[in-house]
Amino acid sequence: MEKTQNNKAWFLVLPVLVVVAFSAIIPLMTVVNYSVNDTFGNNEFFWVGLEWFEEMVTSDRLHEALGRQILFSAIILAIEVPLGIYIALNMPKKGVWASVCLVLMALPLLIPFNVVGTIWQIFGRVDIGLLGHYLAELGIDYNYTNDPFDAWVTVIAMDVWHWTSLVALLCYAGLQSIPQAYYQAARVDQASRWAVFRYIELPKMAGVLLIAVLLRFMDSFMIYTEPFVVTGGGPGSSTTFLSIDLVKMAVGQFDLGPAAAFSIMYFLVILLVSWVFYTVMTNLDKEEGK
Amino acid sequence: MAQITLKNLAHSYYPNPRGDHDFALKEMDHVWQDGGAYALLGSSGCGKTTLLNIISGLLRPSQGRVLFGDKDVTDSETAERNIAQVFQFPVVYDTMTVRDNLAFPLRNRGMDAAYIQARVAQIAAMIGMEATLDRKARGLTADAKQKISLGRGMVREDVNAILFDEPLTVIDPHMKWELRTQLKQLHREFGHTMIYVTHDQTEALTFADKVVVMYDGRVVQMGTPEELFETPAHTFVGYFIGSPGMNLLPADVRGNTAHLQGAAVPLGAAYGPITGRTQIGIRPEYAVLTQGDGLPITIKRVEDVGRHRIIRGDVVGSTVNVIAPEGMAVGADLTHVRFTPDRINVYADDWRVAPLGGAA
Repeated sequence: MEKTQNNKAWFLVLPVLVVVAFSAIIPLMTVVNYSVNDTFGNNEFFWVGLEWFEEMVTSDRLHEALGRQILFSAIILAIEVPLGIYIALNMPKKGVWASVCLVLMALPLLIPFNVVGTIWQIFGRVDIGLLGHYLAELGIDYNYTNDPFDAWVTVIAMDVWHWTSLVALLCYAGLQSIPQAYYQAARVDQASRWAVFRYIELPKMAGVLLIAVLLRFMDSFMIYTEPFVVTGGGPGSSTTFLSIDLVKMAVGQFDLGPAAAFSIMYFLVILLVSWVFYTVMTNLDKEEGK
Repeated sequence: MAQITLKNLAHSYYPNPRGDHDFALKEMDHVWQDGGAYALLGSSGCGKTTLLNIISGLLRPSQGRVLFGDKDVTDSETAERNIAQVFQFPVVYDTMTVRDNLAFPLRNRGMDAAYIQARVAQIAAMIGMEATLDRKARGLTADAKQKISLGRGMVREDVNAILFDEPLTVIDPHMKWELRTQLKQLHREFGHTMIYVTHDQTEALTFADKVVVMYDGRVVQMGTPEELFETPAHTFVGYFIGSPGMNLLPADVRGNTAHLQGAAVPLGAAYGPITGRTQIGIRPEYAVLTQGDGLPITIKRVEDVGRHRIIRGDVVGSTVNVIAPEGMAVGADLTHVRFTPDRINVYADDWRVAPLGGAA
């Protein structure tokens, strides 16, 4: 059969290209433009090549922020993932209490980021905050505005409070999809509680757990609003994570060139790490299928 | 291994059952002999799986006791009962290899490695999966998975009983026959008590020494395949066993004659006075078309099923099936049907009535 050759179908892709161009490519290229130029306003640009990138790559300030960022993400993942799984395992499977638990668990997820920040900012204050006041009453020297360690504890506690629900709910959904026969078979096979978790529940949760880890990693790596509201990146720069540093640089100091170079590297790092995560975990999945 | 006794057992899925119809299992007393091969036969929803889960301890009965030998295990956990159960749909541990799947129940019991290896090899040979032992169970076909489930059920030698809950539903017909034969062989070899739930009568009759027929939460009859065929204790057994099932005709039985709306049918034995709704039951195999002897029949349809033909007709207002041998001409001259007198069973309110004089 003779086929008509024409490539007009490509025009159908045009609307998508236009939308993507305006929503993603053009803004991104603006940043790229800033990253390779120096500007003093008035739309005057001076070509500087990779100078800003070199400056940023060798910047101690950025290295420290990156170190803090990695530590923060690692800590909250190490707490939220096991805790989320634990909560999901212990939530009622059906009945009224299942619904009550679901609603309670979902509540923190519905609160806007800056409100979460404000809640903890007040909650932790030594003078009027419930937590800060009673910790002081108990004789614990707690003050997140002075002490870097206390500031970290507060920011991490806040993130765990805000986001563990997400991990728990995703795992809960995974657990609910396990047919009852698997648990019955495990009882017949005299499997221990740990074996049930290891060979039935964990494999069935693996898919949703992958999504949970990815989401939590990306979100925590880009965290801005909540620590900014609570500590403003302080005391000193002890809770200044990458986003906070970036905003300080771009908006506070108006160093648009370095900030643009920073942004691009930041973006690439997140993309890279997420890709690595995804590849490793999906490969693990495939390996097991063999 | 032990004899399993069910005492006054009943189960309801409602917390406060009101009346008989709330019970999935009606009160029953039943003994499963040690080493017997039983088939539990019944239509879907009659309580077969419930009964099985009560024996294995996955379900606690609302009332009554479960005894293994002399030991009351009603409140024991499934794990303590040391029982194997194979479910209708394959349950395999996806992330384990086939070998680990088969070894799992043995490892949980802390058997030594050398024994486990030998036993797993033996079971793998039985289910024909030696080649795939080191593969992950994930991604295997449904019937391969079900074979693993079966293997896992049979791997322990010291179990009190092996329960099969329609295990061959997902397996293709050829393999079905082979596995059933192997189960039978395994039974002869090790003498485990086996209870095999199914709603397929061929499966039940070929597997078991004793067939237990359940209907509406009750055990209505336990017997050899022959007993179920010749003297069904309940009209359900007559209907469920056999293809097509037993013909039932409302009748008025007096002495050794059944009266059907004026027509008289001789019976093989005499019966005392019967109360309740009375019916006579006759297997299609024992009904013969004649040219004038017996009851008038209006033939509706003739179905050729290969070995024989099934004639579906109408006798004094009731549907009657007759099995005619292949090659017999079914012509317009065959206007009557005759029932072999001593093959007729009499039922009152669906339960079989024994004839006077004790002749079965």
